Amino acid sequence: MLYQSEGSQAIAKAVALCRPKVICAYPITPQTHIVEKAGELVRSGQLDGCEFINVESEMAALSVAIGAQSAGVRSYTATSSQGVLYMAEAVYNASGMELPIVMTLGNRAVGAPINIWNDHSDAMAVKDAGWIMLFAETNQEAVDLHIQAFKIAETVKSPVMVCVDGFILTHAYDRIDMPSQDEVDAFLPPYNPETYLDTHDPVAMGAMVSPEYFTEVRYLAHLRKKDSLEVIRRIGNEFAKQFGRDSGGLLHEYNTENAETIIVAMGSMVGTIKDLTDELNAEGEKFGVLSIASYRPFPAAAVAESLKNAEKIIVVEKAFALGVGGILSAEIRLALNGGAVVTVVAGLGGRNITKQMLRECFLSKTDEETVFLGLKRDVISREYRPNC
Amino acid sequence: MIKPFATVLGAHTSLENKTGSWRTMRPEYVSRIPPCNVACPAGENVQLWLSLAKEKKFFEAWKVMVKDNPFPAVMGRVCYHTCEKVCNRTQFDGAVNINLIERSVGDLAIFGRWSFEKVQSESGKRVLIVGSGPSGLSAAYFLRMAGHDVIICEEHLKSGGMMRYGVPRYRLPTSVLDAEIKRIEALGVKIICGKKIRDLRDEVGNFDAVYIAVGAGIATKHDAEVREGSDVTDAIDLFRKLEDEAIGPSYAGKKVVVCGGGNTAIDSARTALRLGATNVKIVYRRTFNHMSAHETEIKEALEEGVEILCLRNVSVVGKDSVLIDKMNYDEESGVLSKSNETEVLEADGVIFAVGQKVEDSAFWEIDGIKFSEDGTIEIDKNMMTAAGGIFAGGDAVPGKRTVTHAIGHGKKAAKFIDAYLRGIKCAPAPKNEVVNFKKLNTDYYKKTAAAGNFSDPEICFSQAEIVVESSRCFSCGNCFHCDNCLGYCPDNAIIKHPDGSLEINYDYCKGCGICAAECPCGSIKMVPEDRSE
Amino acid sequence: MSELTLGGRTVQATSDRPNTLTSGHRACQGCGEALGARCVIDAAHKAVNGKIAVVNATGCLEVFSCAYPENSWGVPWLHSLFGNAAAAATGVAAAMRLSGREDVRVIAQGGDGGTVDIGMGTLSGMFERNDDVLYVCYDNQAYMNTGVQRSGATLALARTATTLPNGSYMGSDRKTGKFMPQIAMAHEIPYTATASISNIPDLEEKIEKAINIRGAKYVHVHVPCPLGWGYPPSETIKIARLAVRSGLFPLFEAEYGKVVKSLPIDEIVPAEAYLKPQRRFAHLFGKNVPRDEADFLQNIADSNIRKYGLKSGGIQND
Repeated sequence: MLYQSEGSQAIAKAVALCRPKVICAYPITPQTHIVEKAGELVRSGQLDGCEFINVESEMAALSVAIGAQSAGVRSYTATSSQGVLYMAEAVYNASGMELPIVMTLGNRAVGAPINIWNDHSDAMAVKDAGWIMLFAETNQEAVDLHIQAFKIAETVKSPVMVCVDGFILTHAYDRIDMPSQDEVDAFLPPYNPETYLDTHDPVAMGAMVSPEYFTEVRYLAHLRKKDSLEVIRRIGNEFAKQFGRDSGGLLHEYNTENAETIIVAMGSMVGTIKDLTDELNAEGEKFGVLSIASYRPFPAAAVAESLKNAEKIIVVEKAFALGVGGILSAEIRLALNGGAVVTVVAGLGGRNITKQMLRECFLSKTDEETVFLGLKRDVISREYRPNC
Repeated sequence: MIKPFATVLGAHTSLENKTGSWRTMRPEYVSRIPPCNVACPAGENVQLWLSLAKEKKFFEAWKVMVKDNPFPAVMGRVCYHTCEKVCNRTQFDGAVNINLIERSVGDLAIFGRWSFEKVQSESGKRVLIVGSGPSGLSAAYFLRMAGHDVIICEEHLKSGGMMRYGVPRYRLPTSVLDAEIKRIEALGVKIICGKKIRDLRDEVGNFDAVYIAVGAGIATKHDAEVREGSDVTDAIDLFRKLEDEAIGPSYAGKKVVVCGGGNTAIDSARTALRLGATNVKIVYRRTFNHMSAHETEIKEALEEGVEILCLRNVSVVGKDSVLIDKMNYDEESGVLSKSNETEVLEADGVIFAVGQKVEDSAFWEIDGIKFSEDGTIEIDKNMMTAAGGIFAGGDAVPGKRTVTHAIGHGKKAAKFIDAYLRGIKCAPAPKNEVVNFKKLNTDYYKKTAAAGNFSDPEICFSQAEIVVESSRCFSCGNCFHCDNCLGYCPDNAIIKHPDGSLEINYDYCKGCGICAAECPCGSIKMVPEDRSE
Repeated sequence: MSELTLGGRTVQATSDRPNTLTSGHRACQGCGEALGARCVIDAAHKAVNGKIAVVNATGCLEVFSCAYPENSWGVPWLHSLFGNAAAAATGVAAAMRLSGREDVRVIAQGGDGGTVDIGMGTLSGMFERNDDVLYVCYDNQAYMNTGVQRSGATLALARTATTLPNGSYMGSDRKTGKFMPQIAMAHEIPYTATASISNIPDLEEKIEKAINIRGAKYVHVHVPCPLGWGYPPSETIKIARLAVRSGLFPLFEAEYGKVVKSLPIDEIVPAEAYLKPQRRFAHLFGKNVPRDEADFLQNIADSNIRKYGLKSGGIQND
């Protein structure tokens, strides 16, 4: 069904189509509209056999999901920014326990200073927690990725985080092609847990593991996580086949084949970048765009393959490691086994990323390794006093 | 259920981890001896029969009693119950009234005509017992139960010895004594009364063993001067006459002086009161504290109006009065001496109760038998005299002279005689540790007042009262299945079998000692773990 | 209190008790928590025919009962985190309800740290929502698993590794210790109770009652720790009993925020009788202890005795 919807509400609907049994959440901007809508769907009876549980913190939100999932039912939650940090312990726990929980992360900056607007700092803060992390470019993709997320999670027994840019996607109205319940049912089979709390076969979940076997447990998890790359690709293909939209998988390549410069990015800014490169290519430049859909596990081989002929690689990212630099850039460099990669840090704390700013940046001949898009240099020179 | 490696585990897999290896001390169930058992001269398993009585199993309780003592109803009246003195409950809220329970169960047995078990098999051996007192009858009972043919020769007209001729009737009704003797006779023990053996040599050839249980039946001579026309008797004679003569002695309207400080003196004084005496005084040579009579007996005599005059001795007995020497007694040296003072007491009846001696002339001619200076017969640790096959016990040998001791002697002698007859050695009983109050955990007992303190020999507990009073037993030293060890073990290292029995699972016991600390009755012991093997 | 026997009247005295926390666990000798947990879960197991699932907070109990490859539990059991047991249990309860297994009753359990400190937020949330969970706190009054550091439930003046008495500093601050049962009652949940491992019949009765109530229930079990409190392992029950008898650990039940029943002490003992055998209070019995310090805990005991009617006949409102 085609209709006009706010991203958050569409996401809530998509989640509802996946028939979770427990939805729990603690409100945080910009995730609020998702859980408000989810609550409404449960309470209005449109999401049968599901409970919406209002909890007292993000820690509790993910913990309730952990409990419910451990007892063998499909569970969902959503958060943002400080929220994912407040629940960080549980984030690691859910993946260590191999619980296929799906969580939406409405991406937002992390304070201090407190800032409710969009960037990717929150996602980067939990990038090594063992979750599968999928980034949506559009609200249509956000809808589609949630449907795929449950299937991926339950197939590979890993929690999946669907990262959706706060406000830019969550609060934006878009044309959404919402699948029907029958279509989703055909795509996503009912949850059939293999390991859960059962009085007939009582197991203990969450045992302590000593140094003697901890490495093995982690290595096995690592192998399984790597295996899931193939599953993500396959389920993306299945989705594309059934729904006619190529909105999953590991990477989205755009004009990369003969590109001299490839722009690498994640999330909603990919759309802006694609528009810009279309313009630049029309002007005779040779730009391509590589969008990372599956940030975790990181599809290093596919990235390397995609970028192998590029003369210049520019990574635009909405987060960076203080005192270090670009985070995604570092991973791209690693995937390429070295090589020149320019990092463009953009859109921090909700700063607009305009085509004009990007154009100047992409065409610039500067040999700076890291560029802060739109940095107000006058402020820096006024305020910067070296400590040493 | 699929179990991911290491993080998801099946149920109860920790049973593989044998934590018993941590232990440095190990708990062990033990059967310690309760103090009542140790203190009982007859070695009664008081605790066991109390536990059965508690469950209303009165017949079973009685059967346990008669394993050690064929006279529960008699003992329940005449025993000085040393068991109660040492009962651990005295340090808590008062001793269990063991004596009265024994009496009550003993009477139930008489009333219900309960009989002993049948003799299993006959040995063909014959045993002669000289004397049918508590020691002789007790030995007869145990020997008969062991299958031997037993004949008792009794010089008096009736059987029972001191139980009949030494214990006053107000303490022990004849019907009770008769019933319990009859029960022994019913086993096939022959008692020939009125037969005095003059010379044991005439009899020994007819028997495989002899048990001398003649008691101490002669009154010790007093050294007072007795004037003509005075009413003087000794306690032994008084009690014999009361039993055997159709018209017994009477003290109606008389003032009586009793000389002596033991139980017999008290018995005599109280008997004199019952025979009509208007005033009874006991004169005793030493100080009050030295009186050998049982404390409660003295107390009861005083309550009945008997006066006790100490540091006095009867010097001359006249028709209406006695002349008393006042005595000096030096507590440190124990030297007793006459003072120069005298006094006169009004008395028209005097009873001497100054001690008893053994009448042992029948044994003088037996080779090897030795006598002590006081006339008692010397025996070895197996209660045998130096003459092979001839044993002796009860008041006739050195030791304490109570009915209970005599019954205990009879039981012990029977054991040695049986071993002698079968040509086996009697193994000494294992010496278990005695449980004192400190070994108990009294947190699990409720304080209750002891019931009943009945001096009237006719009064017994009702069955319900037996149950209540028996339930007060701490069960010192022996498991009564409270299950504290089972419930409190943090390691589930106690196994309770379907029959209720308990076992320690040393595979898992870490040796924390909670079971021993929380065992109410001290029947778990912590011992150092020996890991040398 | 001074029941003569456990025999015949308790789950713990049956030959076929479930032993939900079975042998081979790695608790210290004489561990009060191991005993308390088995009593609680066994009683619940018996009361609802084994239809239980347990969520366990991180802590001693979790560590000694379930470390690869040894699991002591015989019930479905989940350990997630230190501070989230109540929330995880909420999730389990919801899952049971939503998958046609309403008959499975959910228990969350943790130590005092996991309950009154780090887990209090999630516990309060669970209470406030009246989630269908029985939460059991095994209170040994400090962080034992990490080496006996002070917790919010540590009794005033107790020595812990982070409150070492020094000069005029007399050990843990003079607070009463965060008493979670009163906090639970403030949420007006259907049932709150305290229990002691020194009175298993009472403990079992309370668990049986609690597990059969729908909604949020809280039972706070006093479990002495030989290692952390400094007394011989064999004395665990004795110490627990003295805590009750001194009034320092009152036994009561509350419904919807009101105390409805308390267990009178049949033989009240001075607080000193409880404190003195424990090394964590040894400094209170040395020389030059200020009078008000020495009396402080006795005053708490006296106040409890008054507050919960522990003298006389106790409170009997039901």
